[in-house]
Amino acid sequence: MSSREAILGGLRAALGRAEGDGARQAVAARLAARATHPIPARAQVPHDEQVELFRRLAGEVGATSEILPGPAAVPEAVTRYLAQQNLPAEAAIAPDPELRAIPWHERPMLALKPGRTHGDDLVGITGAFAAVAETGTLVTHSGAHHPTTLNFLSETHIVVLPKARILGTYDEVWKRLRAVPGFVPRTVNFITGPSRTADIEQTIQRGAHGPRRLHVLIVDGGS
Amino acid sequence: MSTLPASPPSTAHAFPLNAAGAIADPALQKAMGRLKGHFIDKRAAARARLPEFDALRDAAKAIKDHTLAHLDLYLERFEAQVTAAGGHVHWCRDAAEARAAVLAICREHGARIVTKGKSMIGEEIGINPFLEAHGIEPVETDLGEYIIQLAHEPPSHIIAPAVHKNKEQISDLFVEHHHAGDRSRRLEGIPELVTEAREVLRRRFLEADVGITGANFLVAETGQTVIVTNEGNGDLTQTLPRVHIVLASLEKVVPTLEDVSAVLRVLARSATGQEFSTYTTFSCGPRRAGDHDGPGAFHVVLLDNGRTRLLGSEFREVLRCIRCGACMNHCPVYGAVGGHAYGWVYPGPIGSVLTPALVGLPEAHHLPNASTFCGRCEEVCPMRIPLPRMLRHWREREFAAGAAPAAARWGLGLWAWLARRPALYRAAARLAARALAFLGGPERRIRSLPLAGGWTGGRDLPAPEGRTFQALWAEGRGRR
Repeated sequence: MSSREAILGGLRAALGRAEGDGARQAVAARLAARATHPIPARAQVPHDEQVELFRRLAGEVGATSEILPGPAAVPEAVTRYLAQQNLPAEAAIAPDPELRAIPWHERPMLALKPGRTHGDDLVGITGAFAAVAETGTLVTHSGAHHPTTLNFLSETHIVVLPKARILGTYDEVWKRLRAVPGFVPRTVNFITGPSRTADIEQTIQRGAHGPRRLHVLIVDGGS
Repeated sequence: MSTLPASPPSTAHAFPLNAAGAIADPALQKAMGRLKGHFIDKRAAARARLPEFDALRDAAKAIKDHTLAHLDLYLERFEAQVTAAGGHVHWCRDAAEARAAVLAICREHGARIVTKGKSMIGEEIGINPFLEAHGIEPVETDLGEYIIQLAHEPPSHIIAPAVHKNKEQISDLFVEHHHAGDRSRRLEGIPELVTEAREVLRRRFLEADVGITGANFLVAETGQTVIVTNEGNGDLTQTLPRVHIVLASLEKVVPTLEDVSAVLRVLARSATGQEFSTYTTFSCGPRRAGDHDGPGAFHVVLLDNGRTRLLGSEFREVLRCIRCGACMNHCPVYGAVGGHAYGWVYPGPIGSVLTPALVGLPEAHHLPNASTFCGRCEEVCPMRIPLPRMLRHWREREFAAGAAPAAARWGLGLWAWLARRPALYRAAARLAARALAFLGGPERRIRSLPLAGGWTGGRDLPAPEGRTFQALWAEGRGRR
C-alpha cells in the first residue's frame, strides 16, 4: 500500500467515512457555493472612501502613495520620486501593456529596462492587478506582464495603480481574479507595505529582504 | 497513542530541570521581560480596531471544523489541482518519509544549496541536519531562523524564533560567521545588523538550487499553497531557485479562497497584532509558459506524522491550530521559562498539547502538567481551541496509565478518601485553613511551607483568612 492510500485510508477510518454518506456531495456543494464570512464593514464604503482607507492603512505600515490625474503624469512623478530618494533615474520595469502605454518618452533621462530583475536593479516598476482597502494591500499576480522578481529584489518598488482597481475586500479580488484567463496563475502576491522584520529584540526594521521603500502612484481616469 | 521516535531529539522529559535553568538564566529572563506585554498589547489593539474580529474567529473555527470533518476529500481535491497545474504532491506518513521525499527531489535536481523559508514542519522532521548529513547545505533565510541556525539552537517561539536572543549575542554571532571573528567589524546597531544579514543572505538566495518553504494554508479549490511573511524571504526562497518544495501537514487545507481570507483576517492580528502581514503569497505549480521567473518544478510534501491519529481522538480540535503563537504570547508559564524549556519543536500551550501526541506521553508528560489552567490561551486562540481541556485530557491519560508521580497519586487518593467523608472533610478543611492562616501571619503570605518547599521556592502561597469556603458560604446563605 502506498503512503497516499495509507493516509487517506487512515483519515477515512478516523472520520468513520462510509460510502454514500453524502460527504462527497457536501464537499462539492461547499466548493461551488464559496461560502462568505463576516466582511469588515470598514471596507464597505463608497469608492472614494475606499481609496482613502487604502492610502491610510498602506501608509501606516510605511508605504507612500500619491494620486495622479492621469497616465501622462506618471513619468514626471517617477522622476521626481527617484530624485527625492537620491536614486539614479533608472529602473527595471514590468513588460505590461498598460505601463508601455505611458508617455515615458517625455522624460528621456529616465532609463527603463523591461523584464525581470536578477537583483542588480535598484528600482522596480510594476502595475498591480488590484488593491484592497480593508488592509492597505496591493495584489499582483505572475504572468507575461508581471515578473515576480520585480516585487521583491529591488530596494525600491514603484507601483502604478489605476484608481478604479482599488477594491474593498479580499473577496472582491478573488471574484475578479477567477475571471482572468489562465486562472490559477503561478503566484498571487498580496503586499502590505515594504519588507520588514522584528526578529532582533522586537524592533521593527524596514527592508529585511524585500524592498525598503514601496511607493504607489494611484492613477485617476484609468480602468 | 503509541510513541514515535522523536525527530529532532526531545528534552521534554527534563522540563522541570529545563524550567529551573531558564528561570536562573539572566539573559533569557531579560529577553522574556522585553517580550512581556509586547504581543499582548498589539493583539488587543488590532482586535479593538476590527469590530468583526470575534465573529471572524467563529467563522474561522467553523471553516476548520468543516474541513477536518471532510479532510480526506479536501486533500484529494487539493492534490488534483496541484497535479493539474504541473506540480507534484508527495504523501508522507512520518518524518522519515518526508525527509526522504525532500532528499530525492534535491538529488534529482543536483542541489547543493537549499534556501529555506520558515517552516515548523521543517523543524518537526529535522530537515536541516538530515540535508547536511547528505552533503546539501540548508540556509535559513528568515532573520530569526538564520540567527538561531548560526547559534545551532532550535527556535524558542513559533513566529519569533530568536526571541530569546539579545542584540549583543547576535552581534557576536555575526562577527564569528560573517567576519571570521574579526571584532573590529562588530556591529552594534539593529539596523546595521539587519542590513548585514540582508547582504549575506541575498547572495545565498541567488546561488540556491532549491527553495523550501512551509505553508500556512493549502487551498483545496485552487491547489494553492499559502505563505505569510513580513520579510519577503519566503518569496525570494520560492521565486529564485529552480525548484520550490513546500512542506505542509495535512490539516493546513481549507476549502476556498473566501475561506482562507476569513482565517487570514484573524491570523496576523492574533500573532503580531498587524492588520495583515506584509507578504501573503499564493503559489500553485511551476513557472507557466510566458512567465519571466519562478521555479521550473513545484513539489508539495504532505506530512501526516500523527495528525490522522489526532483526528480520530479527543484531540481533534487541536488540528484547527494556525500557528499564530497567541497562546504562548499570553501564557504565564511560557513567559517565565521561554520556549526551549519545553524541550521540543512546539512550545507554549499548543506545544504542551501537541508534543505528547508527536513524541509520546512518557517523554512529554510534564508538559500538560505545567499549567495552572488560567485559560488565557483559550481566551485568545483565534481558532477557539479549548487548550486547557486538551491538557486535562493528557493528565487523564497519564493518570489512567498509572504514570502520574507517586506523590500526586497519593495526594489525590487522600483527597478522594476525604471527599467521600463530608464531616471529616469539613473538619480537616477547618483545621487546614486555620493552620495556614496562622502560618501566613499578618501579611497573609506563606513564604515557605513544610513539604511544599519546591512550590514556595519560587513564589509565596497566599494564606486563607482562617475560615473555609463552606463556612463562608453557609454564613452568606443565612444572611440571604
